[in-house]
Amino acid sequence: MNIDELYQTIILDHYREKHHTGLREPYDVQVHHVNPSCGDELTLRVSLAGDVIKDVSYEGEGCSISQASTSVMTDLVIGETVRHSMGLYDDFLEMMQSKGEITPDEDRFEDAIAFAGVSKFPARVKCALLSWSALRDAVGQASDKES
Amino acid sequence: MLDVEKVRKDFPILGRTAGEYPLVYLDSANTSQKPQVVIDAIAEHYGQHNANVARAMHMLGAEATEAFEGARSGLAQFIGAERSEEVVFTKNASEALNLAANTLGASLKPGDEVVISVMEHHSNIVPWQLVCERTGATLRWFDITDEGRLDLEGAEREHLINERTKIVSLTSVSNVLGTHNPITDIARQAHEVGAAMVVDASQSVPHRVTDVSTLGADMVCFTGHKMCGPTGIGVLWGRHDLLEKLPPFLGGGEMIEVVEMARSTFAPPPYRFEAGTPPIAQAVGLGAAVDYLSGIGMAAIAQHEETMTAYALDKLTSIDGLVILGPTEAVDRGSAISFNLADVHPHDVMQVLDSRGIAIRGGHHCARPLHRRLGHQSSTRASSYLYTTTSEIDALADALVFTRNYFAPRFNQG
Ligand SMILES: Cc1ncc(COP(=O)(O)O)c(C=O)c1O
Repeated sequence: MNIDELYQTIILDHYREKHHTGLREPYDVQVHHVNPSCGDELTLRVSLAGDVIKDVSYEGEGCSISQASTSVMTDLVIGETVRHSMGLYDDFLEMMQSKGEITPDEDRFEDAIAFAGVSKFPARVKCALLSWSALRDAVGQASDKES
Repeated sequence: MLDVEKVRKDFPILGRTAGEYPLVYLDSANTSQKPQVVIDAIAEHYGQHNANVARAMHMLGAEATEAFEGARSGLAQFIGAERSEEVVFTKNASEALNLAANTLGASLKPGDEVVISVMEHHSNIVPWQLVCERTGATLRWFDITDEGRLDLEGAEREHLINERTKIVSLTSVSNVLGTHNPITDIARQAHEVGAAMVVDASQSVPHRVTDVSTLGADMVCFTGHKMCGPTGIGVLWGRHDLLEKLPPFLGGGEMIEVVEMARSTFAPPPYRFEAGTPPIAQAVGLGAAVDYLSGIGMAAIAQHEETMTAYALDKLTSIDGLVILGPTEAVDRGSAISFNLADVHPHDVMQVLDSRGIAIRGGHHCARPLHRRLGHQSSTRASSYLYTTTSEIDALADALVFTRNYFAPRFNQG
């Protein structure tokens, strides 16, 4: 297995310089998700304004894949509608489960296209999904609160 | 002295390659590889002697029972037990520790105390938490020193072991730090206050001579798959007079004397603790494993591992940016070495090493409280066994330098 396929430059760049890090106020919901098999942990906050995700802030410990995935995810969803973001979640999940079969749309996925390579490493798929699952959980809870 | 090249020929899997790289298996603390004699013993059992034990009365039943009980006495001899009825077969070390917690713990009351340590594997933490919750007893634990050894002075100051202590359960060797614990001394303290001493010997029985007749423990638990045996079998050794007094753990076939609809009476040990069809072929395999280990000699294995550990510690401590968790000298220390590389997560270390055919483990190794205590989220662990060579450790060290530079370009400059 060629590790350069896994550790694409985009991923290493996000890992070294994560976007939107730190826990910020105000927020509607905070969730804590863990990956018990490896110990990765993520605390994530979501702030909604109507149906728009105003902010996502986070603090976590984890491998390069999970950290980079969190950073990329925040770039993709901050300022977007809940509906659009949850659509991205579904498509990202489908891509991650595709074992490298799905070639993502670069306009829609931006830096997240780098994770297509990760989907060929089944043991690492859950690393890439940690932040997205946390986001879905937090957005779901925040939407329930609003309605 | 152990002839490692000769030993390696006994393990077919060690001939595998990973792409262009030879397999370098440094994950034996997780599970060991199996020699051909063990694989053959299991195949031969299923191929020629398979039947249920005890309850099957025909020729094959007699052969299977003889093989199963033969394995029991082989294990008894291997650990220095006085009689083979002291050896109870379980599914693994975790089940053995649950057996200990549920039987010894059955008479715990509020105000009683159970003592463990912060360096335990989850298997020697959670069963005690559960039994303490159920009975109202209090769980207490030994802390560790900065070097990663049991904090004996702190324990003494706090009167950790006192007249309320009913059970002390400790690992003989840490699966993360490699630390050897002074079991015999602590067993003496436990006995002075009337407490029972349980030992999680999962990381020591595979690696050095074990003699339960002088260890001082009342119960010793270990697991077959870490000592060249198959998965699906573990052992609980217990002093016979103690086992005789304990209630059953799981109920079912073979553990009874007389069953009436309202109540039952129970078989003597070890059968009282072996409900249902036991792991028969696995016992045969484990019996072959201890014969194999004895043939090489546990003292020779221990000596080989000490050499490998000293060599590895020397190599690893000279890598810039690498921090070792636990003792950095090969003194009172097992062969598991856990470490962290600056700025690289253990999962990423594992992945890069795997791409070079090197199998190690990244994560918290079922010891989250210990990692918290040490201020590490997780770690990478390399562990050797009787088949490990210095050239494998060289390959590990080279790959670690490569990994560090791959993720942290600053190490490449200058
Ligand atoms: C110290 C220690 N105790 C207990 C266990 C549990 O062994 P098993 O998973 O076979 O029950 C292990 C192995 O993972 C261990 O290293």
